[in-house]
Amino acid sequence: MARDFGFNRATVATAVLLIGLALVPAFAALFDNPFLVTMVNRALIFALAAVALDFIMGYGRMVSFGHAAFFGLGAYTVGILSTHAAQDLPLIFGWTGTNEALLAWLLAMLLSGLYALIVGLISLRTSGVYFIMITLAFAQLVFFAFVSLSQYGGEDGLALWGRNTLAGIGLDHRVGFYYLCFGLLLAVWYLLHRLVRSRFGRVIQGSRQHELRMRALGYNPFPYKLTAFVISGALTGLAGALLANNNEFVDPSLTSWMQSGNFLVIVLLGGLCSLVGPIYGALALLLMEEVLIAMTEHWQIILGPVLILVVLFFRGGIFGVLSAGGGRHD
Amino acid sequence: MQLFLEQMLNGLQFGVTLLLMASGLTLVFGIMNLINLAHGSLFMIGAYVGATVVARSGSFFLGLICGMGAAAIAGMVMEVAIMRRLYRRDHLDQVLATFGLILFFNELVRMVWGRQPIAMSTPAWLSGSVEIIPGIPYPEFRLAVIVVGALVIGLLYLLIMRTRLGMWIRAGASDRETIGALGVNIRLLYTLVFGLGACLAGLAGVMAAPFLAVQSGMGENILILTFVVIVIGGIGSIKGAVAGALLIGVADTLGRVYLPPLAALWLPPAAASNLGTSLASMLIYLVMAAVLAVRPQGLFGGAHGS
Repeated sequence: MARDFGFNRATVATAVLLIGLALVPAFAALFDNPFLVTMVNRALIFALAAVALDFIMGYGRMVSFGHAAFFGLGAYTVGILSTHAAQDLPLIFGWTGTNEALLAWLLAMLLSGLYALIVGLISLRTSGVYFIMITLAFAQLVFFAFVSLSQYGGEDGLALWGRNTLAGIGLDHRVGFYYLCFGLLLAVWYLLHRLVRSRFGRVIQGSRQHELRMRALGYNPFPYKLTAFVISGALTGLAGALLANNNEFVDPSLTSWMQSGNFLVIVLLGGLCSLVGPIYGALALLLMEEVLIAMTEHWQIILGPVLILVVLFFRGGIFGVLSAGGGRHD
Repeated sequence: MQLFLEQMLNGLQFGVTLLLMASGLTLVFGIMNLINLAHGSLFMIGAYVGATVVARSGSFFLGLICGMGAAAIAGMVMEVAIMRRLYRRDHLDQVLATFGLILFFNELVRMVWGRQPIAMSTPAWLSGSVEIIPGIPYPEFRLAVIVVGALVIGLLYLLIMRTRLGMWIRAGASDRETIGALGVNIRLLYTLVFGLGACLAGLAGVMAAPFLAVQSGMGENILILTFVVIVIGGIGSIKGAVAGALLIGVADTLGRVYLPPLAALWLPPAAASNLGTSLASMLIYLVMAAVLAVRPQGLFGGAHGS
């Protein structure tokens, strides 16, 4: 019975969270504070990337310190395609890019997925600390590549000429874009939730717990882990594409190691290995940043120690506390 | 040819800096099984304290001692307050906690020294140049960095391999419980090892400061390069660290010098210098990818990954 109760608490917490998120635009209208929608929208986009990271990190113990690479690749794909479309400038084979989200976002996912495939092929042959360092290094590679793209702003970044259109409809409507991001987050979450509980997901989790035993059972974990890594990279690329639309601006800092670190922070703050935890984590981190920035210009001197305290004394993350110790099962 | 030799020496000098960083990181990783992202912050502390003391006192030697001391103290305080709680934790927890430390130290440095980079001058008695090979003058200070770095690494090797303290350190790496039972104060030993690694990072920081903009966040650039060195060489291998550091030091330095003019062969000058510079930044990661594609465990690493 106690177990059922724990399960219920987690479900209730999740339901409250989702209803709350769905009502954010209404609250914003009620209190006449449109900034609230923009802020939570940003959190939703970061949550999307963090859910994708939790999928491989929580369930497959692939601690990627380079997810910002996929984030930046997705964002730059949208940025570059829309720049060419706006100026009618040939990009490749005479094609002048596109402003259509269906195409641009798909390409963003494809390109980040492809890069994840290359990174995964090399880095998944190692594990542990090696994996952390190698993914970080591959993200730096992308960072310097974007810095070198002088025709797309180089270090200064690239301002978009406007947001994408989705099947011809503009994405400039603040609340409309919010619900689109929210819907995508739910869809990705549901997809990964199902995936984790499928045979595929069980192989991933099995190899996290005991790789040798999985091999003895006749599974070679490598293709499974690689597939999971590519899925995670592609979804993070989608989050990048959304952020490019949200900010109408992309710059190399999207692929910086700080950004990769932020994703890790979001996952751990929210609760590792829960998929829903990163949503709490993203909201908490952005809220914390807003509050600290309002308090002092030197807000990182507070955020840093807070992170250390979270790691030392608050292990299940927010979701772990909400579901009474149900978050992190390892 | 003259340029090439000069740049090879510059690469060697950069490699020695990386080696000082890498040896501290691998020491801590090999013995405490801890990945410390804040190792770059210790480098930064060394550089800032060193530069400040040199500017105030005019004595480079005093700056060197103070930079190393400040980094060692910061490292030992870090170990006692935070790191020792993380030894048995997941690497992910260690990454997160030390990421928090990076944020803290970068902001602290901004509060104390401001956002503008500070410069550090080389000491007057080392600002001349010598002809190591006839006809090729080379700055004395850079040469001194190479010599001091190589000497310190040699001493470190002797310390670990030939002294009683080194024996305890090696024993602690293989079996913490047993060496504790034999009456060695393992907590103190770990704090000392951490302080030693921090001290080496501080030394690297002071010696690299004249060539770098001493600013907040400088530690992370060198930290990531150090990771590349360790990954290429193989974790826990001294030979690997030496080979990786020299390879990266030389590849990075030569890339920065020769790639921009190479790019200028088929690109307009402005685009070429831009592309060349970033290609040079990307070069070492490509080298790393190539090495790992052939040997996933690094050049001198054992069969297992972690």
